[in-house]
Amino acid sequence: MFPETGKAVVKVLERLGHTVDFPAGQTCCGQMHWNTGYQAEALPLVGRFVEQFRHAEAVVVPSSSCVAMMRDHYPKMAEEIGDRKLIAEVAELLPHVYEFSEFLTVRLGLKDVGAYYPHRVTYHASCHGLRNLGLGDGPLELLRAVKGIDLIQIENMEQCCGFGGTFAVKNADVSSAMLAEKTTAVLNTGAEACTACDNSCLMHIQGALHRQRTGVQTVHLAEILAGSEGDVL
Amino acid sequence: MNSENSVLDPKTSPTFPIAARATLGDTQLRKNVRHATEVIQNKRARVVAEMPDWQQLRESGRQIRQHTMANLETYLEEFERNCIRAGGTVHWARDGEEAKRIVTTLAKTYASQQNPEVIKIKSMTTEEIHLNVALEAAGVKAYETDLAELIIQLGHDQPSHIVVPALHKNRQQIREIFQREMNLPELGEKPQDLADAARKFLREKFLRVNTAVSGANFLIAETGGVCIVESEGNGRMCLTLPETLITIAGIDKVLPRFEDLEVMLQLLPRSATGERMNPYNSIWTGVHAGDGPKNFHVVLMDNARSEVLADSEGRQTLNCIRCGACQNACPVYRQTGGHAYGSVYAGPIGAILTPQLQQLHHAQSLPYASSLCGACYEVCPVKINIPEVLIHLRNKVVKQKGPLNPEALAMKMAGTLFRSERRFRAAQRLGRFAETPLVRRDGSGDGWIGWLPGLLGGWTQVRDLREMPKETFRDWWEKRGKRGN
Repeated sequence: MFPETGKAVVKVLERLGHTVDFPAGQTCCGQMHWNTGYQAEALPLVGRFVEQFRHAEAVVVPSSSCVAMMRDHYPKMAEEIGDRKLIAEVAELLPHVYEFSEFLTVRLGLKDVGAYYPHRVTYHASCHGLRNLGLGDGPLELLRAVKGIDLIQIENMEQCCGFGGTFAVKNADVSSAMLAEKTTAVLNTGAEACTACDNSCLMHIQGALHRQRTGVQTVHLAEILAGSEGDVL
Repeated sequence: MNSENSVLDPKTSPTFPIAARATLGDTQLRKNVRHATEVIQNKRARVVAEMPDWQQLRESGRQIRQHTMANLETYLEEFERNCIRAGGTVHWARDGEEAKRIVTTLAKTYASQQNPEVIKIKSMTTEEIHLNVALEAAGVKAYETDLAELIIQLGHDQPSHIVVPALHKNRQQIREIFQREMNLPELGEKPQDLADAARKFLREKFLRVNTAVSGANFLIAETGGVCIVESEGNGRMCLTLPETLITIAGIDKVLPRFEDLEVMLQLLPRSATGERMNPYNSIWTGVHAGDGPKNFHVVLMDNARSEVLADSEGRQTLNCIRCGACQNACPVYRQTGGHAYGSVYAGPIGAILTPQLQQLHHAQSLPYASSLCGACYEVCPVKINIPEVLIHLRNKVVKQKGPLNPEALAMKMAGTLFRSERRFRAAQRLGRFAETPLVRRDGSGDGWIGWLPGLLGGWTQVRDLREMPKETFRDWWEKRGKRGN
């Protein structure tokens, strides 16, 4: 759905000297099914994830809610499946799974990844990154180190944008009301773009910004960090 | 929602999305709710930040509640023994109907025979079973003495918050209610004016009515005592002036030891009203000659709590100490207010408690009334993992609804796609093909979808959707591999 984010992750990691692989058999972490109540459909995806990623030194995921899904639920899901080997494998693999900004700040201990992005940007703290993963100021520190960026603080940064997966369609009216507060806050900053660590929130925010013809974009954090002086931006 | 003379009953309430649509249209209500929740949230944040051991306190609170629930029978029986020893009478009620019968009978026994009346302390448990309706039907007039509950009662309204039940009303609206119902056409709108009017109205009841009905914040097993915390002192009046006191409490309200209050009375006021301590903390044990009520009855009500307790994943819901912090923190509640939840328990805690108290026969839309943002869990003083329980209840709802509905079929199909790389790729291609008639290009050549059919139509109500990419990351990655970089 968001190829530019994947490309940006590859670009940043390779620029930092890492070798990137993309196991072709990967599909979905199962969050949509699990969070909507379709537990039976989500369970087989745990084994699939382990199968695809068991040999990686580190698994980097540019979506905080996918990582939260794995960290918060995979151990319990493996137990529900009742496969001893899978339980052990999940326990073994999970400590190597990182949300993208977390990989940079926590695993690599970096703030400045050598990025250049001469734009006015505001940052929305996605709920799962903020509360489930405890990313804290990590993403903001990465952004502050970006050359040329004009980073503006958004009001109520930690307030949900109203996406919530199927919540956005099941409770479309309430979700819209929550989204209106978020887009108002984005527009109040005067930023050209709103960034976050999760494309699901950004897709939601972007959907309204585009519908209202605001001319304001959304851009994943990885795409900002992938920016360099040679780029045409 | 103006629920004139009706009660918030999950059995008859519309679903959350339908009810929310109505409250979202009430701009005054939304303004009131937003303002009130913001004020309380900020107060809470200030007094929580000054506690260096807040996280340890939350953990202690969680452990006390979890231990209590794991040994509930023991502590309830211990409470019963000690309460009786201190001169109280204990009644057990299986459900709301039984509880209402017991309280009504007691009220009719002790209240004045010519003109049976009771004064009431704010109690969500009595709201849960709509006790006032039952009392009225039996000819007993009940007077709410909590200021907010008085506003609700006089306004023929329903509570929209578990701690601040009239938070959806502003000062002008309250003045109108008082002017009309107390017959005070000249009443001003200053807080002092409103408080004076309420005081005059209530004082006369405190002095006249000889029977009081209360809820309980905590029952203390070790002593047989009951604890109520409040801000106005009306509760203290009800607990000390009448001859008879009838306390009704859910069986989840018990605490093992007196010293557990040390933890709870730090967690509760800071979380509920952003106060370091409640202005009034009343703890009483049985009856004492020449001091306070002569007759003291406690009704211990189950009303489906045992069923909640039997569910290992749902049972943490019973740990709730009714502080309302999750309601103030919830971005959904902030938009809709409480009435949309169709139950006196609104907000995140209501979204998990109400369906469970209904044993999921009703209120099936409530577990979905959340974006799972986790703000509720973050502020919960006893660390109830509300998002986890919501997901657990969603799973129960899905099982109850069965596999033959559009959503379940779509989910099943998506599950099939996610289990196979080949099918996943094919679906990406097919999606791109299928969306073509819906895509409109903008000036920069980007394709956007402005209308989607069926279940997805909720999305395009206020949002566009970007078309699927011409080249997926997967395609790019493979091409790049072939190029050899």
